[in-house]
Amino acid sequence: MPKPRVLTGNHFQIGNWACTEGALAAGCDFAAGYPITPASEVANFLAARLPEVGGVFIQSEDEISACCSAIGASWAGRRAMTVTSGPGISLMQESIGFAAATETPLVIVDVQRFGPSTGVPSVGLTADMVQVARGSHGDYQIIALAPNTPQAMFDIMIRAFDLAETYRTPVFVMADGFAGHMRERVSIPEAAALKVRGRKIAAPAATVLERTDFLDENVAPMPVFGLGLRAHVTSSCHDAHGMRNLSDPEVMHSYVTVPIKKILSHRDDIVRVEETRTDDAELIIISYGTVARCGIAALELARAENLPVGQLRLETCWPLPDREIEAAARKAAHLLVLENNMGQMLPYIRACVNGAAVVHFMGPEHLGQIQEPDAIVRVIREILS
Amino acid sequence: MTAAEHPLRKHMRPHVTRTTTCPGCGIGTVSQAILRAVDSLGLSMDDFVFVAGIGCSAWIPTPLYNADTLHTTHGRPIAFATGVKASLPDKRVMVLSGDGDLSAIGGNHLIHAARRNIDLTVVLVNNSIYGMTGGQAAPTTPMNTRTVTSPYGFTEHAFDLSELVKAAGASYVARWTTAHPVQLSRAVKTGLEKKGFSFIEAVSQCPVQYGRASKLGSARAMIKRYKEISVPVKKASAMSPEELAGKLVVGEFQNVDKKEFTAALAEARAIAGGKN
Repeated sequence: MPKPRVLTGNHFQIGNWACTEGALAAGCDFAAGYPITPASEVANFLAARLPEVGGVFIQSEDEISACCSAIGASWAGRRAMTVTSGPGISLMQESIGFAAATETPLVIVDVQRFGPSTGVPSVGLTADMVQVARGSHGDYQIIALAPNTPQAMFDIMIRAFDLAETYRTPVFVMADGFAGHMRERVSIPEAAALKVRGRKIAAPAATVLERTDFLDENVAPMPVFGLGLRAHVTSSCHDAHGMRNLSDPEVMHSYVTVPIKKILSHRDDIVRVEETRTDDAELIIISYGTVARCGIAALELARAENLPVGQLRLETCWPLPDREIEAAARKAAHLLVLENNMGQMLPYIRACVNGAAVVHFMGPEHLGQIQEPDAIVRVIREILS
Repeated sequence: MTAAEHPLRKHMRPHVTRTTTCPGCGIGTVSQAILRAVDSLGLSMDDFVFVAGIGCSAWIPTPLYNADTLHTTHGRPIAFATGVKASLPDKRVMVLSGDGDLSAIGGNHLIHAARRNIDLTVVLVNNSIYGMTGGQAAPTTPMNTRTVTSPYGFTEHAFDLSELVKAAGASYVARWTTAHPVQLSRAVKTGLEKKGFSFIEAVSQCPVQYGRASKLGSARAMIKRYKEISVPVKKASAMSPEELAGKLVVGEFQNVDKKEFTAALAEARAIAGGKN
């Protein structure tokens, strides 16, 4: 007997397994991928699991093809994803821009690794935080979510598909080699408790000129293929009907601005942060991903010394939780940005703070080795002394 | 008096009234050959998803054809089409693009789709040059041709795309020219009926760019030349390489039945116990 789509129960599993089961529980029925460490297990698990639930897995000839096939599948009505690591994201960048420009629901899992270039495949480093947001050419907006535990890798996949389908946009799951390979308890709820909003589907019309298929700030219903809707889809500059228009200044303007506004005007639904003891904090750690767990450990050690420390964990990294960061800066005199890289999000966070607090940064002492809670507490003591 | 409507106009988007092709371009002939094949099979545009790349020929289905159409990035239409076809195995998925798009930047996707034998019908319009960007040499440009990027003569050997795709494992491969519109349409029809990867190479004149570079001149002169240099596959098999120099082999290069990719995916689902 094949396993059911939702494996309700408690499991002791690695993050990459939880990610796969999260995708299935979210209704994913298409995935394409190319082998790459430390993301390969997700593709391996998907290759085994998707056929069991009537889905499709394709091992592509490269990451470019994987991303393009997933976009094609999404237009063909599937809940589609691809999974890779940094080098694969670099190759996918052109198609990521395509997905943003054509308003295609797509989940891209990035189990980040040590870079640049071929780097160290098996060591986790959140090194793609900016490239997923700004890596494709042109001006656009994506959504990126960062899990911090194997459980979060399950939960965040549900949310990633929900947001991708709701807002017709690429959504990144910014895992890293630590969260992907860490083995912990993963609790999967009953299928009925899982909710993923589906995409709106366009209605038939005599021609696309009678329909708004694109460029609606409140998300146009998607003219999915195979339903006789005769959609015209192009990533070249297009009007609300999807027809190519390379000369009208109004069309050019809305082609770029509306998909960006579509995300930013719904930021309250998209942005999620986790605040821990920030109310009386004089120092708030701002972190995301696996290293935020070191932040919590340091927070507990510091609180035991009566140091007033809190943490703001960014579950949504893009769009940047600007108001939440600004609010933290108004609460605490000091912000300690804790990132498992050389400070990729730091300039963006600093811009939100806008001088309202002193911004400090702490990366790993040795890149590739995540910050020790004791070392974080030493930095906190210094700042607060 | 009402204006007579072309019998194939019904397959085009009613609000699209013009094309972007230059005078003398072969794309009109190729497009008509495709629509005649669709018509002769009694198919509706709703039976199709058309996927196009970047370049002049990619603009045949988008915006002309009144179907679901996906205009993609440069070189990637086959990769996009793979996801479409695997998701909608009952639809006919046709890829339309040029030699630069499908064999240079997109060459990897072309050979791997042929290897998988996925049920796509790929019509590659081969004009031997990059037309849209202004006449640069392509993998299909004959050696020694002077183009804007090979001002001293092209220093590379040209691909024989039909032989390439045949070797990569396609079920059906045919090459015709715009001087053979009936045979071309028949090849598209056979390709559409074939369950597997079908590749139809349509050698087509670009008088503006390749006509100038090759000094072959006008569309009329180029079509005339296609007739002169074309040799049927069967006749060519008995000719020596010296005799074939400067010739263009046309006809069916491959027509076999072998397991198709989406059928193989369905078999894998059955083994896994999943629904089909």
